[in-house]
Amino acid sequence: MTVQRNRSLSLIPKRWPIHLMLILATVIMLYPLLWMVSSSLKPETEIFESSGLIPSQLTFSNYVNGWTALQTPFTRFYINSFIIVIVSVIGNVLTSSLTGYAFARLEFRFKRIWFSLMLMTLMLPFHVTLVPRYIMFNELDWINTFLPLVVPSFMATQAFFVFLNVQFIRGIPRDLDEAAAVDGANKWDIFRRIIFPLSMPALITTAIFSFIWTWNDFLSQLLYLNKTELLTVPLALRQFVSAMDQSSFGQLFAMSTLAQIPILLFFVFGQKYIVEGIATTGFKG
Amino acid sequence: MQSTLTARTDQPVKSGRKFTLRQDLTGYIFLLPWLIGFVVFTLGPILASLYLSFTNYDLMTMPEWVGIFNYNRLLTRDARFAQSMSVTFTFVVTSVPLQLIVALGIALVLNRGIRGLPWYRALFYLPSLLGGSVAIAILWRQVFGNDGLLNQILLIFGIEGQSWIGSPDTALSTLIVLRVWQFGSPMVIFLAGLKQVPQSLYEAANIDGANSVQQFFKITLPLITPIFFFNLVLQMISAFQAFTPAYIISDGTGAPADSTLFYSLYIYIQGFRYFRMGYAAAMAWIMLIVIVFFTILNFGLSRFWVFYGDED
Repeated sequence: MTVQRNRSLSLIPKRWPIHLMLILATVIMLYPLLWMVSSSLKPETEIFESSGLIPSQLTFSNYVNGWTALQTPFTRFYINSFIIVIVSVIGNVLTSSLTGYAFARLEFRFKRIWFSLMLMTLMLPFHVTLVPRYIMFNELDWINTFLPLVVPSFMATQAFFVFLNVQFIRGIPRDLDEAAAVDGANKWDIFRRIIFPLSMPALITTAIFSFIWTWNDFLSQLLYLNKTELLTVPLALRQFVSAMDQSSFGQLFAMSTLAQIPILLFFVFGQKYIVEGIATTGFKG
Repeated sequence: MQSTLTARTDQPVKSGRKFTLRQDLTGYIFLLPWLIGFVVFTLGPILASLYLSFTNYDLMTMPEWVGIFNYNRLLTRDARFAQSMSVTFTFVVTSVPLQLIVALGIALVLNRGIRGLPWYRALFYLPSLLGGSVAIAILWRQVFGNDGLLNQILLIFGIEGQSWIGSPDTALSTLIVLRVWQFGSPMVIFLAGLKQVPQSLYEAANIDGANSVQQFFKITLPLITPIFFFNLVLQMISAFQAFTPAYIISDGTGAPADSTLFYSLYIYIQGFRYFRMGYAAAMAWIMLIVIVFFTILNFGLSRFWVFYGDED
């Protein structure tokens, strides 16, 4: 007891340099983001004249004009993005949970082999499946449909989500399953009535990450969608940036800012699940 | 926490092969969606791309068997391939260590019982969520562009900037900065790992009179090497696959002077701009071999520096 560190007494007053340093680091890190938001609210002529954050006059014209700057308004692109994202989230949540249950609770032949293969796909570079998948979807006539982007999510192809659910389900007490089994519940009942509802935190984490990754996804949307009416938000932004002239930076910033808002909302309201998700499985976001 | 990568095997191991047909049937019914997905979207395509890598295929005519021609050409006669390899290696070996050191440094500071930890953690993590998007790549283009944010700030100090994105000497560095900027996700993993270090060790060390530097090198650092290793493996694999920022910054070309021609970008160009599917498949297999090699190398080297304590 004599050598206790006296944290609460002596350290807190001395801590302000650390806080100062951390706040400085935060400001430097977030400055580009703040600059983007403030530039989107500045008149066009002002953007590249000052690095300051406060616009001389607040204008929303960049948002209004940016929204319709491409031939098709962004409404269409947001609808497309949301369709793809929502369907993918549903697929990922349902099938990752189902697969997680099979790996965590059921006993069957070759389970360990399948499980190791599943873990290996976590490290698989996407390149090796890229070309054959494209050829396959091309043969199926699925190019320029949303199918190549959503169908795989109904087959638990994201190993990260399966792993997350396996880890979580392993933590649910087995007594609950066994009690239900004594009452005559079969495996499907146990999954539907016990495991699925109890793994809600893991499912929410799955849904959030699946939303964010699909929303940010660029390469597969670039490959499979090239008709204007099918474009998603990232694809539309890309068109915007390559078709842009010097006078529309403000609009570009406005549309880029808007594209981050769904993620920011999850970030604000899903904090707990995001942090727990990465911390418990140890995977990146 | 140490062995997050290898799954826990906490259920009792059944002796022998005593699975009933019924058990098998139930198990496989639940596994079916994943199993179909694995065969159709992963295993099948891996094998198909191996086959395609030995052919010429343009989507229109039948694949034509050419033996090792694609590999031969890639490894001996394709200067852009060599360039894309070198760009990608440079990117991986600079951005990953930098990112991990920053992540660990900040995690160590935050782990000292700082008030407002959740706020700092959240704000530092934010770039990791946004960073891979097209919108952020667009922002980067403007920040490091000719009259972008960086040059405006430099001008305050009287320094005449240049287009960092437009110069072959600096374009790749801006992408490295973009990756280091996303140090938040390894940082969160480090924080979780640091919390696992038993407080009793520090107390014992205090009694023995160890100062905080000694405590860091003798306790903290050895005990978090497994986390460091884990982050290293994951970040390396993901850095090898970077695509979106390079595409956006260079309009899909790898410009200027191929200085941002990431491997993924070059595969995309060969496969989906020139429709050389066989050639792209050969590149994909080379990437797979490179990643497997580095992962095995990582695991092999880990014996020399990763400390797996037996305290639990």
